[in-house]
Amino acid sequence: MTESLLSVRDLRVVFGNRVVLRELSFDVYSGDCLAIIGPNGSGKTVLLKALQHLIPYEGEIHWRQDARLGYVPQSVAADRQLPLRVRELLAAKARFLRLADREIEQVSSELDLSPEFANAGIGTLSGGQFQKVLLAFALLGRPNVLLFDEPTASLDELSEERIYEFVHELQCRRGITFILVSHDLSIVYRYASRVLCLSKGKSCMGPPKEILTPEMLEELYGAPPKYYRHIEEH
Amino acid sequence: MNEAKAVRSRKDGGSSSVDASYSYTVLLAALFAIAAGLVGSVALMKRMVLASDVISHLALPGLGVAFLLKINPLVGGGATLFLGTLLIWQLQQKTGLATDAMIGVVFAAALGIGALVTPNEDLLEALFGNFQKLSLAGFLLGTAAVILVVVSLVHMKDRLILDLFSSELAAATGVNVPRLDLGFLLVFSLTVLVGLRFMGALLSSALIIIPAATARQLTGRMTQFVVVACVTSLVSVAAGFVISTLIFKTSTVGPTIVIVSVLLFALSLLKKK
Repeated sequence: MTESLLSVRDLRVVFGNRVVLRELSFDVYSGDCLAIIGPNGSGKTVLLKALQHLIPYEGEIHWRQDARLGYVPQSVAADRQLPLRVRELLAAKARFLRLADREIEQVSSELDLSPEFANAGIGTLSGGQFQKVLLAFALLGRPNVLLFDEPTASLDELSEERIYEFVHELQCRRGITFILVSHDLSIVYRYASRVLCLSKGKSCMGPPKEILTPEMLEELYGAPPKYYRHIEEH
Repeated sequence: MNEAKAVRSRKDGGSSSVDASYSYTVLLAALFAIAAGLVGSVALMKRMVLASDVISHLALPGLGVAFLLKINPLVGGGATLFLGTLLIWQLQQKTGLATDAMIGVVFAAALGIGALVTPNEDLLEALFGNFQKLSLAGFLLGTAAVILVVVSLVHMKDRLILDLFSSELAAATGVNVPRLDLGFLLVFSLTVLVGLRFMGALLSSALIIIPAATARQLTGRMTQFVVVACVTSLVSVAAGFVISTLIFKTSTVGPTIVIVSVLLFALSLLKKK
């Protein structure tokens, strides 16, 4: 069996007296698209942060040595008054990671960022444009793993569709591994190769067909799914 | 007062060594103004204006003790300034207390202890500074400190930009955010220390913050913002110095510098509208 890209063993995250993640173990392989689902407060975002060592945790999180992570958070509480242009932000990351100048051009062309867009102040961007900047920021440095934390939650359906299509295309073209947190089960069904459910400190994992059943969803969310019914074969 | 003597000597065509030491003071004040503009720009963007204000007050107890022991006030001021800075950083990292609450406590403690231990005759100078003559060694040390501030900020620039945008994304990119915060606090304190001689414990942070606030009103581009902050700071020091020495005939120039910088800020508000 090939070496896993990410190996998580007995992961436990505790905030005060509250156990958010309890003895969680799973593996992720290159090219996987792992969707993490679960009700609010089940620890999905906490898991993504722990995977990047951004919060304290117990247990083991081991990334393969060649793993390069790109992270797109749900939102960024950036100061809209900040006198910062998109290209200045991207250039700062590129310099910090000692990337060649052409990397910014490459990402800009992949995401179709115009020179006007790159020159815009981050405070002047719309929600969709801002998410595009976060995606560009994540893609800089040619990551082979993308961590998405509901990055399209504030976008309209069309923008959401475009972003996922783009990421799916990246996955096919570059073999990027994708770890996604989403409440949108149709997105999960369409793109995920495996699903990790988190609920009340418990977890389950498997292919979408096995996990996204009405029974499992009812158990997971504590109520029968009213809006989701998958009828098309994946 | 030393500096009053220096002013008088200069007017009366005093000795060249006195003139030289006075030139050192003016030159160092100008260098401080540039450092203040740079540091202030970042402090404003980091939204730590109030915290910055308190940091300068941390010097007061040390200044008071130094006056009592009759040692160089900057040694005492510098010691409590840096210890206090480390304390603030530690509190921020460990307790997660609201910065405002910490600021209130530290501000009151520093001011209370400082006022208590500083001899009455030195209190005015400790609070508002003085344009005293400066030795070559003092000038060189001050210049080295300003160079250190500028080089450190240039070195931290990219990490600061990432952190300003989002601490979380900066950390995910590999920036050690707590260390960066400490680095910036120390750079801030060092700038305050350089300005302590001219502006005193109460006013040195004012020159760091007000010109940056003025620049923010005038431009929305980062490079211009930093340059305008430095220029505004320099103009405030120059105009404050000229007005104090030539019109008010006083060596306590800090209050005048602050008033000039406030007037420039008021003008910037008009321009914005």
